[in-house]
Amino acid sequence: MRKYLQIDNLGMRFETKKGSFVALRDINLHIAEGEFVSLIGHSGCGKSTLLNLIAGLLRPTRGAMLLANREIAGPGPDRGVVFQNHSLLPWLNTFENVHLAVERVFGERESRAQLKARVHRALELVDLTHAETKYPHEISGGMKQRVGIARALSMEPKVLLLDEPFGALDALTRAHLQDELMQIVVRTKSTVVMVTHDVDEAVLLSDRIVMLTNGPAATIGDVIAVDLPRPRDRLTLATHPAYLRCRTQMLQFLYRKQMHQAA
Amino acid sequence: MNVVNLKAEPLRGPPAEASMSAPAKTVALQRASAADLQASSEIDKPDYVRTRAPEWLVRALAMTLGIASFIALWAVIARVGGELPKPSVTWDAALKLFADPFYNNGPNDQGIGWNVLNSLGRVAIGFGAAALVGIPLGFMIGRFRFLSDMAAPIIGLLKPVSPLAWLPIGLLVFKSADPAAIYVIFICSVWPLMINTAVGVRQVPHDYLNVARVLKLSEWKVFTRVLFPAVLPHVITGVRLSIGVAWLVIVAAEMLTGGVGIGFWVWDEWNNLNVQHIIIAIFVVGIVGLALEQALILLANRFSYDSKS
Repeated sequence: MRKYLQIDNLGMRFETKKGSFVALRDINLHIAEGEFVSLIGHSGCGKSTLLNLIAGLLRPTRGAMLLANREIAGPGPDRGVVFQNHSLLPWLNTFENVHLAVERVFGERESRAQLKARVHRALELVDLTHAETKYPHEISGGMKQRVGIARALSMEPKVLLLDEPFGALDALTRAHLQDELMQIVVRTKSTVVMVTHDVDEAVLLSDRIVMLTNGPAATIGDVIAVDLPRPRDRLTLATHPAYLRCRTQMLQFLYRKQMHQAA
Repeated sequence: MNVVNLKAEPLRGPPAEASMSAPAKTVALQRASAADLQASSEIDKPDYVRTRAPEWLVRALAMTLGIASFIALWAVIARVGGELPKPSVTWDAALKLFADPFYNNGPNDQGIGWNVLNSLGRVAIGFGAAALVGIPLGFMIGRFRFLSDMAAPIIGLLKPVSPLAWLPIGLLVFKSADPAAIYVIFICSVWPLMINTAVGVRQVPHDYLNVARVLKLSEWKVFTRVLFPAVLPHVITGVRLSIGVAWLVIVAAEMLTGGVGIGFWVWDEWNNLNVQHIIIAIFVVGIVGLALEQALILLANRFSYDSKS
């Protein structure tokens, strides 16, 4: 396996008023190019912290991270982040929100028309060409999240980081967007790290599922390889033995081994 | 659809309407009509709303009643108290006064229009200077903790000082009444502008700044695309407060400095014992203040974004 995103002995300690608090310890994770990895665990286990570390929004207190053989030393557009609450700028419309990212990454090398074409391609990818001139408050939660995905993908990042991207959506919209994300990932051959708390979502989308133990001082408890053929279809998957095996394994981890500590 | 909209209308109460931004209003309307759509399919009584008076009529009625009772109270006090001019006398004086608001008989006798415009001009210059200084300083104080700590004792000490206490210093420095009055306006406008801007900068949602960090936007882009639009509503609140204070203060400052202006005009009419004109001036000052406030609220609504949706 070629190591693309490499996380070695990563640890994160926060200095708070009540003293120091170890959020993560001894995280070792190697992700290959084109792989889809989910991080799952009970709330407060530090899975979002891990994602923020990869994004560079936080600096680790121990260990090292490499992306395509370069150290992660801060945030950068080579990692496209989709935030849980979409984080679109409310004073920019759909086009402008994506354009802000495109302009930043390709603005120096490409013409205005090329930048515009990139925005259009990104919006086409998430099927939002019709909502180009709409402002965030004028579109639904699912659409906003799709703009967020388009913004992240438009930068052609080395890795796509999704922080509970569908957590705030209703079940039907979530299912629809999961299917859409699967197709997008196939088409763009993206490497993805996704934080989720949804067992089915993790199995449906991932190649591997990384399960974190409960915090404080959370670490990787177990890793499940999802041996399901792609393209995956949620209906036929529901009765697939491998699907059920993964699901059971996760539920056992989450509710038997880690339950006693969960708040 | 018409019926649905009609029925949705009374659900939007006046206080909610005033505090909601335009997009929130549409959301509320959509929610209301969705709920009503369901209701109207169950109970088919489209007429029950029309038995209630429209809301604007009730509000207009209440306002008229308020003004009428105010004038009635004034009339009663004038009748009992003796010295106070009656509403009718004041009204006649006002008609005469506003028949020619822009006459000019030399520096000490000018129409009410000139007086108001002169005062507004001073407020505009003083406030403009305060905006040029206060808003950029507010951004810096909000963005850099060290500057904020540096500024805190100065602001804390100087903010509660009555602007008029600065007037002698102004007269000393500028050796002239007009710049001194403008300087007083500057001093009282600058605090709300600075403080509101700084608070706005500190309250920019972390998510927006994270977007800027992930994209690694340049400082200039962060300012123009993230910081400035996010802070703008706070800046406008600061503008509203400081113009309100400036308009309060200009009357007092002009009473002390003299010249052409509504404040000095009031003092002049007091020296002439022309009490009707003083009452008219009170109304004029109130109406101009109200107009300024309303104009700025309109401006604020134009620039408010519904960040929650």
